[in-house]
Amino acid sequence: MTVGIVMLVHTSLERAEQVIRHWIAGGCPVVVHVDKNVDDERHDAFVSRFDGLSNVRFSKRHRCEWGTWGLVAASQDASQLMLETYPEVRHVYLASGSCLPLRPVSELVSYLAKRPRTDFIESATTADVPWTIGGLDEERFTLRFPFSWKRQRYLFDKYVALQRRLGVRRKIPAGLVPHMGSQWWCLTRQTLSAILQDPERETYDRYFSKVWIPDESYYQTLARLYSTHIESRSLTLSKFDFQGKPHIFYEDHLQLLRRSDCFVARKIWPRADKLYETFLGDNAAAMKASEPNPGKIDRIFSRAVDRRIRGRSGLFMQGRFPNWGWENGVTAAPYSVFEGFSELFENFEPWLARATGTRVHGHLYAPDRVEFDGRQTTFAGALSDSSTLRDYNPKAFLTSLIWNTRGERQCFQFGPADNQAVGSDIAYDPNAQISVITGAWAIPLFQSNRNFVDLRLEAARLQKIESDHLDHLRSIHAKAKIRIWSLAEFIESPMEALQTVIDEISVAGGRRLAEAPRIIDLSGFGQFLQNLKNQGMHPYLMGDFPVDPAPQNARPKARRPYLVR
Amino acid sequence: MGFWQSYRLRLQRKRWRIRSLRKRRELSLFVDRTEQIEPDDILLFSTIRNEDIRLPYFLKYYRDLGVRHFLLVDNDSDDGGAEYLARQPDVSLWRTSASYKRARFGMDWITWLQRKYAHGHWTLVVDPDEFLVYPFCDTRPLKALTDWLDASSIRSFGTMLIDMYPKGPIESAEYERGQDPFEVAPWFDSGNYTISRNHKFGNLWIQGGPRARVFFRDEPERAPALNKIPLVKWDRRFTYVHSTHMLLPRGLNLVYDEWGGEKVSGALLHAKFLQSVTEKAREELERKQHFANSKEYKAYVEGFERREEIWCKWSEKYINWRQLEILGLMSKGNWA
Repeated sequence: MTVGIVMLVHTSLERAEQVIRHWIAGGCPVVVHVDKNVDDERHDAFVSRFDGLSNVRFSKRHRCEWGTWGLVAASQDASQLMLETYPEVRHVYLASGSCLPLRPVSELVSYLAKRPRTDFIESATTADVPWTIGGLDEERFTLRFPFSWKRQRYLFDKYVALQRRLGVRRKIPAGLVPHMGSQWWCLTRQTLSAILQDPERETYDRYFSKVWIPDESYYQTLARLYSTHIESRSLTLSKFDFQGKPHIFYEDHLQLLRRSDCFVARKIWPRADKLYETFLGDNAAAMKASEPNPGKIDRIFSRAVDRRIRGRSGLFMQGRFPNWGWENGVTAAPYSVFEGFSELFENFEPWLARATGTRVHGHLYAPDRVEFDGRQTTFAGALSDSSTLRDYNPKAFLTSLIWNTRGERQCFQFGPADNQAVGSDIAYDPNAQISVITGAWAIPLFQSNRNFVDLRLEAARLQKIESDHLDHLRSIHAKAKIRIWSLAEFIESPMEALQTVIDEISVAGGRRLAEAPRIIDLSGFGQFLQNLKNQGMHPYLMGDFPVDPAPQNARPKARRPYLVR
Repeated sequence: MGFWQSYRLRLQRKRWRIRSLRKRRELSLFVDRTEQIEPDDILLFSTIRNEDIRLPYFLKYYRDLGVRHFLLVDNDSDDGGAEYLARQPDVSLWRTSASYKRARFGMDWITWLQRKYAHGHWTLVVDPDEFLVYPFCDTRPLKALTDWLDASSIRSFGTMLIDMYPKGPIESAEYERGQDPFEVAPWFDSGNYTISRNHKFGNLWIQGGPRARVFFRDEPERAPALNKIPLVKWDRRFTYVHSTHMLLPRGLNLVYDEWGGEKVSGALLHAKFLQSVTEKAREELERKQHFANSKEYKAYVEGFERREEIWCKWSEKYINWRQLEILGLMSKGNWA
């Protein structure tokens, strides 16, 4: 008893010949189907190379195109020929010219000999698997597909649309439950001959010849009628990407393929010499007689598909430039924005860096320069501190910064004096944690030594800007983690507020603040606000700030952080 | 895009093609080995001017990747480079002394040669200081990539130009003939690029890197474009619009994914900032044959005079393509 190989050959005939010789050397008869698209001259030359070999046969040629009936017709004829010519064959293995046996043929033969009644064919009902190609799943079986998807896409699409509109549904022949799966199967003589000699075969063939991609459903469906024991998996390692196109193996996959313990892999790049040398060589018996285990290869290819479909969040590059709303995360990692904190606290940045262990920048969007941590002139990824460069594309500046510093959380200060262009972007970014003390921008004004008329103008300007910014933060579309306090509110219990924000940032979590930042001396600030009011400029963003005396939030109290326990 | 705009782009494409027909008269054949070209060969096109010192490594690099034939235009070199090229077994060479600028910075000549020789071939159009890096380029030849692109029905392959520079003043980056330029200038900027979309042609417009950071700090909108589409399965109806930044028909420019995914893409390592660039910049400034009145070269000369150093402490040192892929400067897409 042995295994017969039915091989469908389309291109790279030289490689196919190599593999055929490998199979027959292992004692497996081979029936070859050569695609009719191969010109006669090449075909004849190819056939003549096997002259005199009794265990290679060539079957009637059909034109094979992906997704069409030709592929099924080819395998039917070849299988028929196989069963008739070689009575000693118990299992028939369908392979292609770009399949490569990874384990010695004898191992495959003995593996199948131990499972004489088992059909290896991946076969699942359409309802249960998400294998949708070109937006068609169940409709593969209920519509007609007379046009080629590759060459006549326009007609293909139009005809599908038309049938949908007219509500045309084909009747599935009685007794059939459509199943799909990999087109590379290995069936027993019993099952295969039952399929080929079925009295209803003509009906089935007529039906399937108008189904889309029948080679993935013909045997898969019919095997369910006759098989006594279906193992729903393919012995051929073949991975498909999101367009239903097989992944290709190259020389650098050698170790992976070795460790996969699979019997046959597809599809191999025809020029991958090293793979052919290794696996068709004499000393290929390196693998243990174990069950196929393509787990690692599966992971690599599913990661590749994921990268193609979803990409890396927060990355913008020559191969990925998502439309608005399709970024799947505008930025690469969570970050924190502090508005008004560095105005209210002395030395807030170094304190925050100590308390959280994150990277703390100053006002990244300051008008004169980018205030990187430590006021460096360049930063991660060679970002420049030039405000002109930053303002040329403020959003790209942010996404680059967050991308460049993956693995280290970034915190930065923001305020109404800064470039506001990025204000809405951070509000809509789920990665942003934004904490705002509204009206804190007035503190530097209060401390500055400028003419009151200027101060009044500046205060009015900043208040307007911050108020617009708050509109973004309070918009129903805002996705950032946003906390807003008015200055008066915040000052009442600054440590509590700080603790909440810090707790969210700290990775370790639950660390109590051991050291409190110093609040800037605000005595006289109430009066300053009152003066602004008296000038007709109402500073409302600070909340109700008592005129006098200055709030007694004073240092001795503030130093004591709240105790959780 | 409306019918009208698509019609106008069609006219523009025809105009460039007709123009290249006219400009072909400026080329005179120097060495013709084009009968060696086999149907599946990958071809490389380039315009060269006084690049003799770079040529040996350039040819070696692309031969190793699997380029089978070089179709080159020599624009009036006087450094012996043309003679060197003429001796190579896989080079066909044309010469011209006509204006580079008035030939659309060489593109008219290249368009003509592509039209004549490249139909149905994968073609690479690069400058002699640009070196293509693509996913798995250390283990898979270029043919593996183009076969895969063919199988995926993809006609063009997008890259970004990455400017490489030395540590220390540029004068210190002495380059020897035949040497790998990235031994001398292995540094690059890993993450300061900005991208916007050109809606007319559908391509991305990428700027940034060391040239924006150092030379165009005050007018970033003038910084050179870094998006390039050098590898295309050529059809005689195609034409490059502006250097290799974009093509017509515009579908070829869609080398990026718009729905969040990543398409396979590569990088062109740009060995511009070697010692010779200082001289070259001065020469080019006099010749006035470059884009936008050679603004770019003016900026370089000024920069060099300020003895500006490009390297900074956040510069990244080049290792291999995997590094670029991790940094997000290129992508494997779904090629695994």
